[in-house]
Amino acid sequence: MPAEPMIVFEGVHKRFGDSVVLSDLDLAVDPGEHVTLIGPSGSGKTTILRLLMCLERVDAGTIRVGGRYLSHMHRRGELVPADEKHSRDVRRRIGMVFQQFNLFPNMSVLGNLIEAPTRVLGLSRAEATERAAELLDMVGLAEKIDEHPARLSGGQQQRVAIARALAMRPDVLLLDEITSALDPELVAGVLRLLRRIGDTTDITILCVTHEIGFARDFSDRVLMLDGGRVIEDGPPDQLLREPRQPRTKEFLAAVLEGR
Amino acid sequence: MTGGWDWAYAVEILPALWRGLQVTLLATLLGSLLAFGLGLVFAVVQRNRVAVLHRVVWAFVQFWRSTPLLVQAYVIYQVLPDVGITLGSLAAGVLALGLHYACYTSEVYRAGIEAVPPGQWEAAAALSLPRSRVWLAVVLPQAVPRVLPALGNYVISMFKEVPLLLAIGLVEVVTVARQLSAESFRPVEPLTLAGILFLLISYPASVVVRRLERRTGAR
Repeated sequence: MPAEPMIVFEGVHKRFGDSVVLSDLDLAVDPGEHVTLIGPSGSGKTTILRLLMCLERVDAGTIRVGGRYLSHMHRRGELVPADEKHSRDVRRRIGMVFQQFNLFPNMSVLGNLIEAPTRVLGLSRAEATERAAELLDMVGLAEKIDEHPARLSGGQQQRVAIARALAMRPDVLLLDEITSALDPELVAGVLRLLRRIGDTTDITILCVTHEIGFARDFSDRVLMLDGGRVIEDGPPDQLLREPRQPRTKEFLAAVLEGR
Repeated sequence: MTGGWDWAYAVEILPALWRGLQVTLLATLLGSLLAFGLGLVFAVVQRNRVAVLHRVVWAFVQFWRSTPLLVQAYVIYQVLPDVGITLGSLAAGVLALGLHYACYTSEVYRAGIEAVPPGQWEAAAALSLPRSRVWLAVVLPQAVPRVLPALGNYVISMFKEVPLLLAIGLVEVVTVARQLSAESFRPVEPLTLAGILFLLISYPASVVVRRLERRTGAR
């Protein structure tokens, strides 16, 4: 294992008004590792992803990505809260896929896939288009390149969203309950795609999901969150089959019963 | 002055009224372009985080919306020359209309921008798109089509308010009608025709806007 993990949270606190969402959270994810976050709603899973995306700011503690501070920056030898430019610069290495896909409805599938590579990475239109075509081929939607998102099924939209995130060549991919909004028959296709991405790339993946079966065979490690802390951390076979914490046991029972 | 409707006179004055109407239409067109552009700037600035700018624009919009167009037109036409800015009737009129209606169109844009789901902003942020692209490529292309009918309605009401600018000497269709009736002592034909000309343009325009409304509503 390399010395520096890809993602590090140290003593992170996050509050929304009076409610504490993350409390003194420590977390480390190694490069290439696939980590799944589970826990009841409000346990802070999604907040962890949103902090990494800089959609929220930490109240205390620090976050590092790829050895660089994301939440903070150095100014005259001191560590100060990051400004937007710094955050955007570090965040460029992170891609995210959302529960509601969030494709841009005013652009074609191709437009969605080349907007950021041309505007942010500085690729030429031809380069970006070539890469978009490759990615669409990989997600099995090559023939939909000129289609508009509204004309695609939920599962297809989510596969385009995954391709859009990968088009930025991220080191880290964040997946926020990406199958929760899909009809059950479309879930399998998306999960199969993720397994393939997991097997064929060395992208670090941090994933929030309620798909326990998927978490079991996709993850290297599962973290159980409750009350803004990691209460259990272990390999999926152990944590999901023989949890040590009573809260984990309860949560898994509730999730499995709900299906 | 004799009663009754004089067809020959009505036909005779039509060309003059038509020239006046062209000025009315031109003022509406230029005023609308100014109101659309400026209103958009106001709306975007109000979404930005530069607090000072935000407050200045907010205060201006509140103040300007609370005063009559006629007063604003007088101020632009008669007070600005004191500070060295002299504008002709048309330029002053267009500026008055544009500023006045920008305060309304900015609210329309604001509503359209707020209707863009937060997920769109988040997806744009997740792709690290620069702010200019977030606005130009993601948010505005979704916000503006939705508010086109509302903008269209403001164009129609602006069109009907152009005659106010006779107060600052703009020779538009109603001014022409008044001049004609003063010369001939026959107010019925010029003013009636002026009214009909407004109707002939406003009504089809409002039908178009209603169609647009139905289309964007169905989307």
